Amino acid sequence: MQAFAQLLDSLSFEAARNAKLRLIETYLRAAPDPDRGWALAALTGGLDFPTAKPALLRGFGQDKIGPELFALSYDYVGDLAETLALIWEINPAAGPPPSLGEVIETLQRATKTQTPAILKRWLDALDSTGRWALLKLLTGALRVGVSARLAKQAAANVGSQPVDAVEEIWHGLSPPYRPLFDWLLHGAPRPQSNAGGAFLPPMLANPIDRAELDTLDPAHFRAEWKWDGIRVQVAASGGVRRLYSRAGEDVSAAFPDIVEAIDFEGVFDGELLVRREEAVASFNDLQQRLNRKSVTTRMLKEHPAHVRLYDVLWLEGRDLRALGFDERRARLEAWMAEKPRPRFDLSPLVPFRDWAYLTEMREEARSDGVEGMMLKRGDSPYLAGRPKGPWFKWKRDPMLADCVLMYAQRGHGKRSSFYSDFTFGCWREVEGKRELAPVGKAYFGFTDEELRWLDKWVRDHTTDRFGPVREVTQELVLEVAFDGIARSSRHKSGLALRFPRIHRIRRDKPAAEADTIDNLLQLLP
Amino acid sequence: MATDTLNPRSWLYPTPRGLYCEPGDFYVDPAVAVARAVITHGHGDHARPGHRAALATPETLAIMRARFEDMPNTTQQPLAYGETVRLGEVEVRLAPAGHILGSAQAVLAFKGQRIVVSGDFKRRPDPTCPPFEPVPCDVFITEATFALPVFHHPSDAGEIGKLLRSIATFPERTHLVGVYALGKCQRVIKLLRAAGYDRRIWLHGSLLSLCKLYQDYGVDLGDVAPVSDAILETFKGAIVLCPPSAMADRWSRRFADPVAALCSGWMGVRARARQRGAELPLVISDHADWPELTQTLKDVGAPKVWVTHGREEALVHYARSIGIDAEALHLAGREDEGA
Repeated sequence: MQAFAQLLDSLSFEAARNAKLRLIETYLRAAPDPDRGWALAALTGGLDFPTAKPALLRGFGQDKIGPELFALSYDYVGDLAETLALIWEINPAAGPPPSLGEVIETLQRATKTQTPAILKRWLDALDSTGRWALLKLLTGALRVGVSARLAKQAAANVGSQPVDAVEEIWHGLSPPYRPLFDWLLHGAPRPQSNAGGAFLPPMLANPIDRAELDTLDPAHFRAEWKWDGIRVQVAASGGVRRLYSRAGEDVSAAFPDIVEAIDFEGVFDGELLVRREEAVASFNDLQQRLNRKSVTTRMLKEHPAHVRLYDVLWLEGRDLRALGFDERRARLEAWMAEKPRPRFDLSPLVPFRDWAYLTEMREEARSDGVEGMMLKRGDSPYLAGRPKGPWFKWKRDPMLADCVLMYAQRGHGKRSSFYSDFTFGCWREVEGKRELAPVGKAYFGFTDEELRWLDKWVRDHTTDRFGPVREVTQELVLEVAFDGIARSSRHKSGLALRFPRIHRIRRDKPAAEADTIDNLLQLLP
Repeated sequence: MATDTLNPRSWLYPTPRGLYCEPGDFYVDPAVAVARAVITHGHGDHARPGHRAALATPETLAIMRARFEDMPNTTQQPLAYGETVRLGEVEVRLAPAGHILGSAQAVLAFKGQRIVVSGDFKRRPDPTCPPFEPVPCDVFITEATFALPVFHHPSDAGEIGKLLRSIATFPERTHLVGVYALGKCQRVIKLLRAAGYDRRIWLHGSLLSLCKLYQDYGVDLGDVAPVSDAILETFKGAIVLCPPSAMADRWSRRFADPVAALCSGWMGVRARARQRGAELPLVISDHADWPELTQTLKDVGAPKVWVTHGREEALVHYARSIGIDAEALHLAGREDEGA
């Protein structure tokens, strides 16, 4: 448990992806079985035991130091699990600290009434980092900035395997993943994916622009709309029905409406959308449905989900990935034509003869949940990863707005000495006074040289500081590019930009001439 | 020891200029320049320039000279640990506080009553200064920087172990360690040496003069060198010490993908560590943690305790719960940070 606690502790302070990978790999190599498997399960969200309620932890704390001191402590630290971990003291009589395996296997078996006594014994035996990790595990919120995909990548790295080789068998494995580590670390054969509903690593596209298109022969390519939703995989076999994100995360629980509609077997590639009648709702609507462990009836009714299919990987027990796109497409169309399939439809092909025509089509499609076009070679097999050449994404030109820099925050890792995260705003009138309302935050889009210039500008124009954040004089105009805009009640300005980035620094433009919130509202679809 | 009739507040009390001892006509760690000051230790919120006369340990006076351009206009009165001197009607003695080199508690005696102004202190061993001496007294004035039950500073060796483990995991990255120039810097170097780290330790320019001063007082720091002397050094896997402010500064850009380590008692609380931008927080503090503070109240056995700078509320609450007449004492010019 202590080694795992140190791993979580280090991860929680490390922002860089490669450094996180190194930390996880170092742990996975050194930790014994089954601890490393349980650790991987914890990082990939694969653990299941009853979580401890905040009231239990608060009661523990109050008993330990009295309600007054506990209140002062909690008030200062701001996190219940951390407060309890910090005020507790190691008890030399408690014996050696438990291993991670012991903790998890015990919790999975323990009844609700047994848990408090067990927990107290462990708290007595662990150091403060160990106690913190234990309580985080128990309250079900690690929050160390590690995605399931990243943890799987680290596991693959220790066995020098591509992450897709792990993804393919992942959903047939269960914690503590003994056969997985036997394969990755001890040369045992690769485990077979024998369970149903396995995830197949998706094929991804490379970006392309108008000029590059002219180097390609239009006759070789098929065009589809690029939908502004979430790329998903529908996988159903052996009675198991699942919906996966592009990264292989099982998101079935958040979309029971989709899962219930799966009355077939096969693996399909598609776009998850929220759809009302025939219209595709904004990405913002879809976001309401994401990252939820469960979903309310009202949510299901007001934000109905839908999958727009564009490829088929398996059908009727056959792997179709080696076939060309045209061949797969013909099978997909035939399958869709068999009978009505509620909550599923087909992403239509856009017929075209030359790139000029397609360019016009792309410009016209400003709304309706389209963010550009996909171009796929008719003869392309379905290949995992992002192969160069067969598939391209041709995004719509971004929207632009002139915004005023308001705050800057220092970055992480290589950027830790640079003010590299920028919050910017647009003008509005409140009670006859003109003021800036923040509309977004961006931390890329600029060159290294521009970053150095921005960093210096921020240091020279600071008016106030809040921890790592500096407030600056309201005079620098940034041209911000973004892919979409939607109303949002969570933002002070009432709107949210999609994927904003710094497009240009407009040193020439006076801040007073930057865009207004009203200008932005006119861009709403 | 005690005289029941004498109110201690009648002869030692806070003023806007600092804590004033009336029958001795001096201030302890005043916030502004005064005629006569008794200084507990060299940190900037306790030792300030411009006093007409200053009494402190010889080490503290040396630190003040190093920081305040030799202090030619201050009459300096060195007083070694354990020696007693009379100022006006008050007897003054300095007892080790275990905080940094030269740090002392001011033990003040007047009409048979004894008040200890402990300044900043800690109880765990520090290779750069003698340990805190508990002095029985009628009134104990204690700091409260880390006076909450959440502060249990872990072992120094364990924290240094974290740093060494990070170097083993990231041997190509420079480990930039943020330390306060006076005390923390030299203690961290000594702790690294004690852990068997014998490679060169690199120093930011602003740390040099105080390291030199420590070495002159016999604190062996091993192989240390200023960063500015290194022409072709890549600093890969090296330990570089600098003041915390330099980590966010352009100065730090010369290093290879640095790991930002920060040594401070605040690092024990995650939100504080994140707010300060630490990637490798190390809980190494020169201030007493909660168990040390509460143990010290028991060790000195004072019936009255005055609690100053920090989280007074929790320590006053605790002291009252064990029958001590405790109250908060608000002093001008005390800082919270850099601990």
